[in-house]
Amino acid sequence: MRILVCVKRVPAPGAKINITADGQDVDTAHLGFAMSPHEECAVEEAVQLVERFDGEATVLTLGPPEAEEQLRYASSLGVQNAVLLSTDGSAWDPQGTARAIVSAVQSLEAEDGPFDLILFGNESADSGGYQVGVRVAHALGRPIVNAIKGIEPDFDAGTTRVKREIDGGFEIYDLPLPAVLGVKEGLNLPRYPTMKGRLASKKVGVKVIEAAADAGGQGRVRLRQPPAQASTMVKLGDGPEAAPAIVDLFEELGLLK
Amino acid sequence: MTDILVVAESDADVLSSATLEAITAARSLEGTIHVLLFGSSVDADEAAARVGAFGAEELHVAEHELLGDYGPEAWGQALALAIDDMEPDVVVACGTSKGNEVLAQAAARLDLPFVANCIDLPGELADSDDVVLTRVQWGGSLLEEASLSAETRIVSISHHAVEAESIDGPAATTDTFVPELHDTVARSLCVGREMAEAGVTLSTAPIVFGGGRGVGSADAFAPLEELASLMGGRVGCSRAVTNNGWRPHRDQVGQTGTRIAPELYVASGISGAIQHWVGAMASKKILAINTDPEANMVVKSDYFVQGDLHKVLPAVIDEIKSRRG
Ligand SMILES: Cc1cc2nc3c(=O)[nH]c(=O)nc-3n(C[C@H](O)[C@H](O)[C@H](O)COP(=O)(O)OP(=O)(O)OC[C@H]3O[C@@H](n4cnc5c(N)ncnc54)[C@H](O)[C@@H]3O)c2cc1C
Ligand SMILES: Nc1ncnc2c1ncn2[C@@H]1O[C@H](COP(=O)(O)O)[C@@H](O)[C@H]1O
Repeated sequence: MRILVCVKRVPAPGAKINITADGQDVDTAHLGFAMSPHEECAVEEAVQLVERFDGEATVLTLGPPEAEEQLRYASSLGVQNAVLLSTDGSAWDPQGTARAIVSAVQSLEAEDGPFDLILFGNESADSGGYQVGVRVAHALGRPIVNAIKGIEPDFDAGTTRVKREIDGGFEIYDLPLPAVLGVKEGLNLPRYPTMKGRLASKKVGVKVIEAAADAGGQGRVRLRQPPAQASTMVKLGDGPEAAPAIVDLFEELGLLK
Repeated sequence: MTDILVVAESDADVLSSATLEAITAARSLEGTIHVLLFGSSVDADEAAARVGAFGAEELHVAEHELLGDYGPEAWGQALALAIDDMEPDVVVACGTSKGNEVLAQAAARLDLPFVANCIDLPGELADSDDVVLTRVQWGGSLLEEASLSAETRIVSISHHAVEAESIDGPAATTDTFVPELHDTVARSLCVGREMAEAGVTLSTAPIVFGGGRGVGSADAFAPLEELASLMGGRVGCSRAVTNNGWRPHRDQVGQTGTRIAPELYVASGISGAIQHWVGAMASKKILAINTDPEANMVVKSDYFVQGDLHKVLPAVIDEIKSRRG
């Protein structure tokens, strides 16, 4: 059983996202990096499935050489193989990203056999294009469903039951394998890396493939801040003595019946 | 003459309000608005009247036995075939989970770009192959001006960016479109549903009591629970809380959690990281309870109480109980 997880390296901003002077990127001078929480859950799911069913998991990212950090993080959690589709770090459009991932998947599968499952995040944390996984699945001729919050595969039968989150509940799908899924945070509770895992991940060999740019029809002109909302904060008080003022507010807003 | 094709979504046999947002947005483009509706579970006459009221002129009902229930590949292939057949200049859906999924499916099949979650549709979109669109990034914390070059422009409009507004137009004319779907799309059809019990949810509650890392433990959420039950609200939380396993993820507010829009959001012990803020910013009013007056949640709030939430919240419970007598 083989699983592939696709993750994207993104900055991890705090209270505000600053933009570089040329408007082309998020200013990452003082920021750490992460992957989307959706993708962290995809990694966790892959590790759990390998623990349950045996087999191996591979994590893949398209990005600058520094994205190795996210690959090593995934290995520290228990993913066996890591693949970096190396770029110069500029923003790639969704079609270009998908094309590069498709050709990498094809060559990885030609070498070591097909992936039973390929997991994507429902959307990337930064650009949120809602499409790379769908494009990859279509190019590979495999089914994909997004917004997945439950996966119950039956590798012997060659199928998987998945649950998609909708308003007020779930939809159920029964997909034939190999399949592709776009997953959401809440699918599981990702583990933290152990010291042993962290040390082991330093030794994992990362397979580096030079990604060939083949851009699609969407480009970045610039980033900008949304219009600022005027702040009109009123301090109601300090500590428990503020309780009457808080309850007055509830009454004023008609919330206390 | 420009043709704009709006992709309809339905919600338990009724046309969803998200569709009406997409039609309203499409009215900013000069051209004829067509609506594509999948399957026959929605009453076509009712749908024609409804989309007509919002400005659509033609309703095309896609009929096929594989379009009975939702299936991303079935809907995506039907849309791709409709685009081939009708040759619209612009294709629009509301950027809901399914709206974005169906557009991505169709765009993948046609190898066309798809620009997700635009905040408006500029007039040039109707008549130029090369346009600049403004779209949301980081779940709404940042905007991107994105160029789009394509003969058929496929875009979604960010959910709630445009308010659906009727113009009391006449019913749309109706016809059926019969796509020749491939059997393989049957593999990803929805086969059933599991619905939770009805009641107020995080996204519909009039008041949400949100707790963050400052709450400190799963048990320490008890006062927030009590307040929520006293006032008919719900408990929400930050990702620090779900990551610690103190609350289930369905309680998480934010970019990768739920977007809330209560009358009042009471955020206790939450610093207000941008990814949390985007899930909370649609709240009508925000009350922040925090020891740190500089916290982002506090600075952006409407009301602030400085102090230890473990002392403030029990005092609020006592005050409510004493006023109720
Ligand atoms: C791509 C991405 C997506 C994300 N999505 C989400 C999301 O959907 N939702 C989300 O919430 N986060 C999300 N995050 C995480 C986010 O960046 C923050 O890490 C998280 O919101 C912090 O949670 P917090 O405010 O509870 O914790 P902290 O930032 O640690 O803040 C704790 C606050 O509690 C206050 N406090 C401490 N003790 C007390 C006390 N006794 N009384 C009163 N106040 C006290 C402190 O002053 C502080 O302000 C995401 C991150 C990334 C990178
Ligand atoms: N540069 C990338 N490298 C690897 N995977 C990616 C990359 N960009 C997007 N993805 C994957 O595709 C998903 C959807 O991305 P998007 O279409 O940008 O919303 C993400 O959650 C990732 O799983």
